[in-house]
Amino acid sequence: MSVRFLRLFGSREASAPVARERLQILLAHERGLLGQQPDLLSRLREEILAAVSRHVALDPDKVIVRMDRGKNVSTLEVDIELPNGLEPALAAAG
Amino acid sequence: MAKVLVVTSGKGGVGKTTTTAAIGAALAQSGKKVVVVDFDVGLRNLDLVMGAERRVVFDLINVVQGVSKLSQALIRDKRLENLWLLPASQTRDKDALTEEGVGRVIAELRETFDWIICDSPAGIERGATLAMRYADEAIIVTNPEVSSVRDSDRIIGMLDAKTVKAEKGERVEKHILITRFDPVRASRGEMLSIEDVLEILATPLLGIVPESQDVLRASNVGSPVTLNSPASAPARAYLDATRRLLGEKIDMSVPAERVGLMNRLLGRRAA
Repeated sequence: MSVRFLRLFGSREASAPVARERLQILLAHERGLLGQQPDLLSRLREEILAAVSRHVALDPDKVIVRMDRGKNVSTLEVDIELPNGLEPALAAAG
Repeated sequence: MAKVLVVTSGKGGVGKTTTTAAIGAALAQSGKKVVVVDFDVGLRNLDLVMGAERRVVFDLINVVQGVSKLSQALIRDKRLENLWLLPASQTRDKDALTEEGVGRVIAELRETFDWIICDSPAGIERGATLAMRYADEAIIVTNPEVSSVRDSDRIIGMLDAKTVKAEKGERVEKHILITRFDPVRASRGEMLSIEDVLEILATPLLGIVPESQDVLRASNVGSPVTLNSPASAPARAYLDATRRLLGEKIDMSVPAERVGLMNRLLGRRAA
């Protein structure tokens, strides 16, 4: 379109591109939070599941991956429930 | 077959009620039997915009609760005999609406009407979720402005998850209607462009309604803008949007007030 052409005549800085970029970043974040698309979290969950499964048998439903986004730091919480009897083996290995 | 269309937005003040009235009247003018239903319980306004505020006796909640029959609550428009209004209650609150009750009313309306247009309240609470619950199609009214676009995105997510159609694995057909658009400011880069909005929301465009005095003038006198000043820029935009809703292919343009000749020629040819 002729946006750039017209902009030559305007003296003020165009603010629409800023709006557009802010929105794109915000919505990418919110869509992820609301779980509308396969995102980082589900990928992480799958890969963690695969890694742990190589060493112990586990129930995929008992693996919870949670992410909290803070202002300065974000945390990734991984909660894996293991069947009884495996803990000593893991402790010995670790 | 009857179609249930929800006019929604998340954000308030973007033009849902204006759109409901304008498109409702345009559909009725094209020969369809139309009912516009106000879901904004406690803050009803569709009656006012339609010029029927003094004729309200019973309302949606009365019908949902079985206090009155549907036929007693429906108000026939004085200008168009195919157009009816089902007003919201002004004295009750939104909790008086139940999903099951709304479902019954919508099912009964489907028997008589071609189009059932649900004017959603702002927000994402009960009134808004019930307005979209039984929808086959949705118009998401969006202003080219960051907070409106963000809220539209949220509403699109809800349409894809919390409607009866979505729960059955089907899709609510969604359309973006951009309202209060100012082509001059957009061309200067002071307002999000149509392309920006559509790219961000990834939903097809139904029409572009320019910001206009005619909209305020129409609501002042209680008449849908498509009836009150059919040759005005917003009315032409709504008439085009209505034809697209009915499946016609019409080139997308922003009807203008001042550009004059070219548009006027196009407008006349279309009319």
